[in-house]
Amino acid sequence: MADGISLLRSPLILGNKTAAQVTEDVCTPLDRGPGIAWWFAIAVSLSMFTLGVLAVIYQLFTGIGTWGLNNTVGWAFDITNFVFWIGIGHAGTLISAILFLFRQRWRTSVNRSAEAMTIFAVICAGIFPIIHMGRPWLAFWVIPYPNFRGPLWINFRSPLVWDMFAIGTYFTISLVFWYVGLIPDFATLRDRAVSKVKKTLYGFFSFGWDGSTKTWQRYETVYLLLAGLATPLVVSVHTIVSWDFATSVIPGWHTTIFPPYFVAGAVFSGFAMVLTLMIIARSVLHFEEYITLHHIESMSKIIIATGGIVAMAYMTELFVSFYSGNEYERFAFVNRMLGPYAWAYWIMVSCNVVTPQFLWFRKIRRNVALVFILSILINVGMWFERFVIITISLTRDYLPASWDNYAPTLVELATLIGSFGLFFTLFLILARFLPMIAIGEVKGVLSYGRKGIHVAGEEAGGTKSIKTPVQLGSGVQGGTP
Amino acid sequence: MSKRLFVAYFEQEEDILGVTRAAREQGYEIRDVYTPYAVHGLDKAMGLRKSRLPWICLGFALLGATAKLWFQIWTSAFDWPVNVGGKPLASIPAFVPVTFEITVLFAGLGTVAAFLLISRLRPGKKPLMSFNRVTNDRHALVLVENDASFDPLQAAELCDQYHCVEVEERLEEES
Repeated sequence: MADGISLLRSPLILGNKTAAQVTEDVCTPLDRGPGIAWWFAIAVSLSMFTLGVLAVIYQLFTGIGTWGLNNTVGWAFDITNFVFWIGIGHAGTLISAILFLFRQRWRTSVNRSAEAMTIFAVICAGIFPIIHMGRPWLAFWVIPYPNFRGPLWINFRSPLVWDMFAIGTYFTISLVFWYVGLIPDFATLRDRAVSKVKKTLYGFFSFGWDGSTKTWQRYETVYLLLAGLATPLVVSVHTIVSWDFATSVIPGWHTTIFPPYFVAGAVFSGFAMVLTLMIIARSVLHFEEYITLHHIESMSKIIIATGGIVAMAYMTELFVSFYSGNEYERFAFVNRMLGPYAWAYWIMVSCNVVTPQFLWFRKIRRNVALVFILSILINVGMWFERFVIITISLTRDYLPASWDNYAPTLVELATLIGSFGLFFTLFLILARFLPMIAIGEVKGVLSYGRKGIHVAGEEAGGTKSIKTPVQLGSGVQGGTP
Repeated sequence: MSKRLFVAYFEQEEDILGVTRAAREQGYEIRDVYTPYAVHGLDKAMGLRKSRLPWICLGFALLGATAKLWFQIWTSAFDWPVNVGGKPLASIPAFVPVTFEITVLFAGLGTVAAFLLISRLRPGKKPLMSFNRVTNDRHALVLVENDASFDPLQAAELCDQYHCVEVEERLEEES
């Protein structure tokens, strides 16, 4: 085999898989009944979700006094969680769209679950502003619709309205992108399904896909177009989220570096979450040959890069605040570092600036357990980044008389736990019913770095031909339905 | 009237590419090639035209951009003008973000809808042709036996050169 391996490229998928083996490996976990680990995981995540649902019901019926907000700090926990979850989603689009445009073919093993992660993260994110409205049953007021109040239209100059459009579009396009990618895999599942129920269900969702090259050609075009559309979209989403803050006059919010700073932070936290999930998925579903150490290394490298950008943004922010000569701006940053919430600032710095530096070492990048721990630390750090930016800036504004502190209530904490519960519940359900790896795309990269090895052959390295022609000479033999 | 089709199965990517090219050169009418994944270069081997979907995408993008920009100007400056902080009523720069989002939304949804329509894919549809293992690991070349001069044996011989694993003839199912 050794002579068949390209010197320049190492195979993306290990284990010399054939196309049929890929189908089996990805689909068999769906045939098996869920194991104890799955039941345990879903029990935990559903309990977390239920706790969140109860907390939301309680705060809706009691009122927004159940939150720790006060006159000074009007945005805190809900908005922090919203920005955190939206950021998590960005890695999925980055993997599915931007890495696709850059021809990073290793993405095929992780893009399906990363895209699903995007959708679930956006669902979690979208819930928070709606809760935060206080009267969520009037949430539809942010949508422009003909009404009997004039009609009075929404204010299109408001970043909050931009946000609604950005999140709405982002969710819709991510969902469509993900579904289009799933269609060929639904067909694979349909054709191998044994039970009638599965065959009908997968058949329904496969849209009658038959693998025709004419359709594949259009499919590839659509995929490219969607990737091209999703790339600026993902940049726009977190840019607009950052404008929610940057267009205000609060010291610590009112700065022009917010858009790139937020986008880099989003990708940084998103990749940390992808790593957390992938490391669990590959060991639970035995996908070690698909999500290889190479994948973990590549994602770690993206974390180093985006973590570097985030670290630079922290320093730029500091420098600009001192250079500005504006005492309110200076105070905002001194307060972050040394004020009553200094602990949050230093958690943020140690998790987001120090943690990724460990990933410079190849030994650490290839140590799955260590990468897993680091990825969780980064997630914690990025949550604190949003808390630092949003909440600390508000606690100390222009007038010392109006300063106030903020602490989350148990209800708010339960809501955050609930959002994690929702996220993991959705992910676990996905893992039971849909292929976690894009079967069609992985088959396309099997030959990568495996020159001269025939990936579809019956025997390994099957250069031998298998010839079983059907007797045709007798004339009419067709009509095999 | 249903046509008779000649179907040959292959297991290697190079073989299906080679046989498609050869069949086209020898003047066979290729109905379609069915593959488990997008085999690159196969569309060229079949002589397919480039997809015109990008134009549809552009059309929808322009439609979305114009419609949304018009809508924002109409609602903010004409239908019910509201003075917000003394800003101009038609404050175009502030309308850019939402216009961009709607452009992307229209372009994306329009392209996917057009793709499903052109490829005749819809929820619950049964595949018109189904070939054994073609969504798993086999490639199927489908030729049309368009006249009496079509010789299945000759076609089978051509396919054999490319390590064909199975051939069959079937009647085209009515669509």
